[in-house]
Amino acid sequence: MAIKLPIYMDNHATTPVDPRVVETMLPYFHEKFGNAASRNHSFGWAAEEAVENARAQIARLINATPKEIIFTSGATESNNLALKGAAEMYREKGNHIITQVTEHKAVLDTCKRLEKYGYEVTYLPVAKDGRIDLDDLRRAITAKTILISIMYANNEIGVVQPVQEIGKIAKEKGVLFHSDGVQALGKIPVDVQKDNLDMISLTAHKLYGPKGCGALYVRRRNPRVQLSAQMDGGGHERGMRSGTLNVPGIVGFGKAAELCQNEMAEESVRLRGLRDRLKDTIFSKLDEVYINGSMTHRLPHNINISFAFVEGESLLMGINDVAVSSGSACTSATLEPSYVLKALGVGEDLAHTSIRFGLGRFNTQEEVDYVTSRVIEVVQRLRELSPLYEMAKEGIDLSKMNWSASAEH
Amino acid sequence: MAYSDKVVDHYEHPRNVGTLPKEDPNVGTGLVGAPECGDVMRLQMKINPETQVIEEAKFKTFGCGSAIASSSLATEWVKGKTVAEALSISNTDIVRELNLPPVKIHCSVLAEDAIKAAIADWKKKKETSTPAATATGD
Repeated sequence: MAIKLPIYMDNHATTPVDPRVVETMLPYFHEKFGNAASRNHSFGWAAEEAVENARAQIARLINATPKEIIFTSGATESNNLALKGAAEMYREKGNHIITQVTEHKAVLDTCKRLEKYGYEVTYLPVAKDGRIDLDDLRRAITAKTILISIMYANNEIGVVQPVQEIGKIAKEKGVLFHSDGVQALGKIPVDVQKDNLDMISLTAHKLYGPKGCGALYVRRRNPRVQLSAQMDGGGHERGMRSGTLNVPGIVGFGKAAELCQNEMAEESVRLRGLRDRLKDTIFSKLDEVYINGSMTHRLPHNINISFAFVEGESLLMGINDVAVSSGSACTSATLEPSYVLKALGVGEDLAHTSIRFGLGRFNTQEEVDYVTSRVIEVVQRLRELSPLYEMAKEGIDLSKMNWSASAEH
Repeated sequence: MAYSDKVVDHYEHPRNVGTLPKEDPNVGTGLVGAPECGDVMRLQMKINPETQVIEEAKFKTFGCGSAIASSSLATEWVKGKTVAEALSISNTDIVRELNLPPVKIHCSVLAEDAIKAAIADWKKKKETSTPAATATGD
């Protein structure tokens, strides 16, 4: 079967919209284009019906009720709403928030802003496997703790946190538990009751839905969570998020959620098989390769590998018909290596050599085999160019060398 | 970020990849950068002691496409030049030749440093004038 190039394997960054989702969205652009808040005519009613249908589809995927789904512009906004909304609302109760160091910037930077407003934030460390220590969490909780925010699964290393246990602890101590569920939704089972979640941030574009559409699950019973709105205006979404709803986007989100509900079990088995095939082939053909993060508690379609002595951007350049990403400083806008890998204790030298593969619904075995052979080929070629590989093979301990970094570095 | 054609060319067909014997008294070795920075360049030159002409140059680089291209270009440029001419190569010449964007200028600086470091190593070896006293490029 002919492979179509370039191949996309960066499904943690975004996903292609499933054609079935696109089809479901189209009528809402030009036929049923009404504003869902237009209460007095059929255009509005049709849009409202579609939105409520999508709300139910999304709620079903996480075992919530439709009234608990608040639509936003994306998970970044959902994270902002959850953290700032809860912080403001529960200010009288306390001012302490607990999160952890490998969170997405949407959480970390929001926490930094809250610190400027006088809130105290504890950033729990993670172990080498990428997971927090539950005892660290217990010890960190004080009488003033109002919120715990721990991501369900990490976007760079795919590691899944012990969410059920965190939820139990939070419930015991009467602290609200929010999770950034962007990478987990539709890939592994998420159940707000079993996981004792009070809030979870969701987005459409990581599950083969459109960009620009997200949601926040906000618990209504045991306890009833209240949030201070961050977007003021017409009072939409039970007063929690004003703004005309992105009806086509929401319809797409709902359809994408329904497809995941139906296909997730089978899809995750298939993708795990492909991921393991990629990993095992690379490990059988190359030396000095390392996996970043736990393999046991990991999303089935993710792998993050460091290829020692080969810098990430040069590797990406070599496999330029494959789309993946790297933790190398050269590939980041700020020229800083990945802070997630740093938090795992991965040395900066290895961080620069890391590549993240995110498989998805539309990847095939042929594509995986092609990518694997390209990666192996390019790594071998670049190791021929690498002074570090040569020195390591000669038995030189690179960590003991006195490097003369240029003054500019 | 799109790469310039010249950077891609050097990446696909790097010039003068390899290793010269460090112990050779006429070989200068420059090892610059650091693995933690994601950039390490090793530039070696074989220099004729009488004419001071750089007869041979080899490089190996751990770094991005622009770093590989900068060091590959450096070996191309120094070959056939005298030490004095090679010392006058500046990073801005490299930036111009490869069309490096601002975020990659530091790669050209490292290449210029590598040239100077290799020459400095060769000079040091000549001064001590004992074949065994070779710098390890530290």
